[in-house]
Amino acid sequence: MRFEYAQDSEARSLVALRDSYGLFIGGSFAGGSSVFKTISPATEEVLAEVTHGTTEDVDRAVAAARQAYERVWSTMPGEERGRYLFRIARLLKERAAELAILETLDSGKPISQTRDVDLPLAAAHFFYHAGWADKLGYAGFGATPRPLGVVGQVIGWSSPLLMLAWKIAPALACGNTVVLKPAETTPLTALAFADICQQADLPPGVVNVVTGDGTTGQLVAGHPGLDKVAFTGSAEVGKEIARACALSGKRLTLELGGTAANIVCADANIEAAVEGIITGVFASQGHVCGAGSRLLVQEPVLDDLIAALKSRMTTLRLGDPLDGGTDIGAVNSRAQLDKIAELAASGEAEGATRWSAPCALPDRGFWFPPTVFTDVADAHRIGAEELAGPVLTVAAFATPEQAVERANSTRYGLSAGIWTQQGPLLGWLASRLRAGVVWANTFNRFDPAAPFGGYRESGFGREGGRHGLEAYLDGPADDASGTGTADV
Amino acid sequence: MSDMSDMSISAEAGRIAVRLTYRLYIGGAFARSESGRTFEVRGADGGFIASAALASGKDARAAVVAARASFPGWSGATAYHRGQVLYRVAEVLEGRRAQFADAVRRATGVSFGAASAEVDAATGRWIWYTGWADKITQVRGGANPVAGPFVNVSLPEPAGVVAVLAPQDSAMLGLVSVIAPAIVSGNTAVVVASERAPLLAVALADVLAAAEVPPGVVNVLTGEVAEVAPWLAAHQDVNAIDLAGAPGALADDLAVTAAGNLKRVVRLHVTDWTAEPGPERMFATLETKTVWHPLAT
Repeated sequence: MRFEYAQDSEARSLVALRDSYGLFIGGSFAGGSSVFKTISPATEEVLAEVTHGTTEDVDRAVAAARQAYERVWSTMPGEERGRYLFRIARLLKERAAELAILETLDSGKPISQTRDVDLPLAAAHFFYHAGWADKLGYAGFGATPRPLGVVGQVIGWSSPLLMLAWKIAPALACGNTVVLKPAETTPLTALAFADICQQADLPPGVVNVVTGDGTTGQLVAGHPGLDKVAFTGSAEVGKEIARACALSGKRLTLELGGTAANIVCADANIEAAVEGIITGVFASQGHVCGAGSRLLVQEPVLDDLIAALKSRMTTLRLGDPLDGGTDIGAVNSRAQLDKIAELAASGEAEGATRWSAPCALPDRGFWFPPTVFTDVADAHRIGAEELAGPVLTVAAFATPEQAVERANSTRYGLSAGIWTQQGPLLGWLASRLRAGVVWANTFNRFDPAAPFGGYRESGFGREGGRHGLEAYLDGPADDASGTGTADV
Repeated sequence: MSDMSDMSISAEAGRIAVRLTYRLYIGGAFARSESGRTFEVRGADGGFIASAALASGKDARAAVVAARASFPGWSGATAYHRGQVLYRVAEVLEGRRAQFADAVRRATGVSFGAASAEVDAATGRWIWYTGWADKITQVRGGANPVAGPFVNVSLPEPAGVVAVLAPQDSAMLGLVSVIAPAIVSGNTAVVVASERAPLLAVALADVLAAAEVPPGVVNVLTGEVAEVAPWLAAHQDVNAIDLAGAPGALADDLAVTAAGNLKRVVRLHVTDWTAEPGPERMFATLETKTVWHPLAT
């Protein structure tokens, strides 16, 4: 007897999409002079028209944020700021089903990710930081830490609403006001969040949302009226922003890419490791900055592990992101698909061996099958560049020292994984890996209480936890300096 | 190089003192600049004191290689061990109190008493930072209460190789006040000495060697900040740079260059080096690592 797969799609009708969206500035929505279309990457269907923020729009948003900062938000008692953040946390939870569907439609991420991970975490980030708002003097950054002022936040497309939450929640808790620029391809949940700000009666101007493409992002990140910039995106753009901030004295947090190593030792629980590898690189099509794209396996178990991995990969379901059974959704955009395809082609050209899980790709939309490259050398581009796609490279190692050397031989240092049941070896590896987050016998875990952020060219500063508050507070360091940029 | 009798004010009349040749300190060895160049170091009174090595970009790169080589050992040592080693530096420094006071006097023109006070303050500052070695992790780290069956901790770790531009205006106290916070947490350092008082940095290197600070943990370059610092700011294997000794316009240029590989840039302006510094300079060259592990039976 054979069972057919029964689709279990979330009801799109839960989302009431408008035809067009304005910019959210000073507490209300207003249309702009030019618009662009945001599409569903799974179907290429146009979802809505969104406003393209211009110089004047960004000026207005920064002015609104400045006014809200000076007149309301920076002088409001922390307890009251906290009340607003608690409201937002609750509203996010109440509208989680709708927002998860909206996120999935706009980003291509499977609903199991948005519904079960992104939305609960986004709400939790606001709930966690709400409680900090009136306790900042106990955070270890001085008895009476002050906010920085107006913060420009430019975020990416891999986890749009979650990234918004982990940028906006700490900024607001610490008394700053925000101008947020969501990614060009995923603006809709940020606009829905603006609606939530209205529902929460958040004072006008505390949060402003300016949509647009990279040009709008540059306008926000480079605006002279800001006190701080927080950016998630590519290392190249991050460096440009870092150069600009070096001259302007603006504070800066950068959350850039990574090429995380995931190390499997010979004694590891292979079954658990395979599941960790799958969630580490194929979850959300590899569209997570902490994705474990470089698998390092100790020689004795290399063949067994690859066999188990391939077998598990054939069971991954690629398709309609709204289907609860989908493991791999659509690649976020055509541009990203082209980038993944180009890098994968270079891997084959440079001599690595490619294997893709046999799965049918839908006719429309942007899709890439889960793919493994073996026989990968350090010099291969595919082993060194950020992939941000459902693509894994595999290399073998003999000793733990070799694994560490190989894992650390990158410009980045965002995250790393370790699979071993030997406590002392685990401790040794965890201490030697140069990465801001180490997942040991687990992978891709996030929590508002746990700081996230990278070493080296993966960025500056941490987001989340007590550590994350430092990025939004004017600490004693700057009392001495006036123009301190020691935002590390 | 431990004989620094040339600096002593108690030189007997008529005796021709044996003068010291001042070299760079790279990877635990005292060496001339690969360029063969030197420059004249004059005291506050304008009189010739000695020649110092005029470091080149190539010397800077050699110093980075030495600092990188010593990083795994120094950062991997226990905090207790680093504290022990660094305390030994204070002990050796105390033994050379008169020699350093004389060097400060000649370099800056202050009275011997004032120079002695600066040396004593520098020793005190070194000990203050030494005591931090095994406190940083508890003050900067902690356990995170995540919503799941995991143990989750965040720990500070050294950023790596730190380029340190020693302040120009505080010959001895300023020097130790930028070196100690960089290395106490496990970073290794490439120090560009003050242009006005470079000999003190070389003398301090001699103390570090005598105290058996592992080779490469601190490397000292003498010369022109404007020539050497850009090499360090652009170097892809330097993780952080402290701009204390760079004048404003140069500091801006260096900060922009440093963004090329996203170095951590430390720009903490200090007007009074005698005031207790606070931990910010030390914290500025730390990373935070968060480790997750499941809890299960």
